[in-house]
Amino acid sequence: MNRDSEPRGVMLLSALIGLVLQVIPLPSLIAPVRPAFLVVVVIYWSLMAPRAGGLTLAFISGLALDVFKGAVLGQYALTTSLVGYIAIRQHNLIRNKPPFEQMIFAGLVLFLWELVLLLIDGWAGQSVSGALRWLHLPFSALSWFLVAGVLGRLHSSR
Amino acid sequence: MARFGIPAGRALPQRGPAPGFRFFLYALLSVLLMFLDRRGDWLERVRYGLQAAAYPLQLAVNSPSAAWRWTSSIFEARDKLQIENKALRAELRKLELSTMRNAALERENAQLRGLKTSLPPLTDKWLAGEVISVESSTLRQRLVINRGANHAVFKGQTVVANAGLLGQTLRVGPWSAEVILITDPEHAVPVQIVRNGLRTIAVGSGEADAISLPYLPIQSDVEVGDLLVTSGLGGVFPAGFPVARVTEARRDTGSALALVRAKPLAALDRDREVGFVWFRPGHTAAPATETPDPKAAAALGIEAQRAPPSPAPAPVVAAPTPVVAAPGPAATTAPPVAPMGATPPTTGAR
Repeated sequence: MNRDSEPRGVMLLSALIGLVLQVIPLPSLIAPVRPAFLVVVVIYWSLMAPRAGGLTLAFISGLALDVFKGAVLGQYALTTSLVGYIAIRQHNLIRNKPPFEQMIFAGLVLFLWELVLLLIDGWAGQSVSGALRWLHLPFSALSWFLVAGVLGRLHSSR
Repeated sequence: MARFGIPAGRALPQRGPAPGFRFFLYALLSVLLMFLDRRGDWLERVRYGLQAAAYPLQLAVNSPSAAWRWTSSIFEARDKLQIENKALRAELRKLELSTMRNAALERENAQLRGLKTSLPPLTDKWLAGEVISVESSTLRQRLVINRGANHAVFKGQTVVANAGLLGQTLRVGPWSAEVILITDPEHAVPVQIVRNGLRTIAVGSGEADAISLPYLPIQSDVEVGDLLVTSGLGGVFPAGFPVARVTEARRDTGSALALVRAKPLAALDRDREVGFVWFRPGHTAAPATETPDPKAAAALGIEAQRAPPSPAPAPVVAAPTPVVAAPGPAATTAPPVAPMGATPPTTGAR
């Protein structure tokens, strides 16, 4: 399986779909549990094809989230780059692990992602109260199976 | 180079700089962006461009729900449409009646103020827009609307929905604008209770169906069911726009402040269509500008000069003007007990 071939097209398309899924308007009842699809997609590509997208994919995805979420410009860019960096650094260690352990890794990285977002929110003077912001984490981690399943199929079939 | 995390000393086959260096660059860039975005408005242009670039994607994001609404509108049953039509007609008749009364009231008001003619309508122009993206969390309550600078939408503009005040524009791109809702925890709107004229500030709660009035002293006269309208202070919203209805007024003996919550009249999480409003500058109910715009001031001057010739006593005529001219923060007229210095956001929340 040639995992390091550079599936740029699939990568871009999946990032776009991830972005759409992450920002599409949802009723406020289920919005808090919506997984951070784009970040999971970034983690996936950073692990599986670190050369193809690399940090640039993470940075651009983060910037897109900044624009779409109306955050402080650079907030999501920084946190998503950080997530991408960790995933790229650890890709040799993680990508041969069983899916469950990969999910644990994704969950931990996402926790860090949310934590740094919280820190920046605090610095920027945004309100940081509310436990709701953490609610999506288990669902985001679980969405790893979905993302890895779909992308893995597309990716290795090339 | 430190190679933590890469087992067996296998270097990452990487073109260009190492990921560590690259991450450092991106992180630096992000931090720089954040810093510039927070301090000063240098990034307004960048954001404008980014918002323009994001617009097609926003439309794409919106397309599934738009397509759904379009299909369901096509297949809407005839009898359902007839029922709706009937209801709308009844509504129209009701509105026509109230407009009739309104015209009479306006004339009467003008007579009482000693004006020869009644004031022109407050709203100068109105533009409908459609919601293309929603952010609804306890931290941010924002909307993105498909109208922007190309439609003359400006920053800090009043946005209304069919039943009441929705919020104000926060950032404006060429074809889209971001609206901060009155329920956003960073947003505050100066309001007034219609029943007794009591002025206070309503702060967003982070929930889509509640705003809170945290600065009302425990003995203040507020009851469940009271209608809140904008007071016109603060320089963003005009006076007299319906905002919310009080749903809860609790007075704990241990606290000096009453716990008052209100439900916005606009269905913030359900309305798909919103309206941008332009106000006639110089109108007595129009929002006062923070930095007096010479043109608006001139308009005000003309207004003031036009008023006195009537035989009515001067104070009555002059009364509304100071309210309009007051450029200062709402704190000057808000209830004295509130720790105004601690008011986190103002209407110009950023």
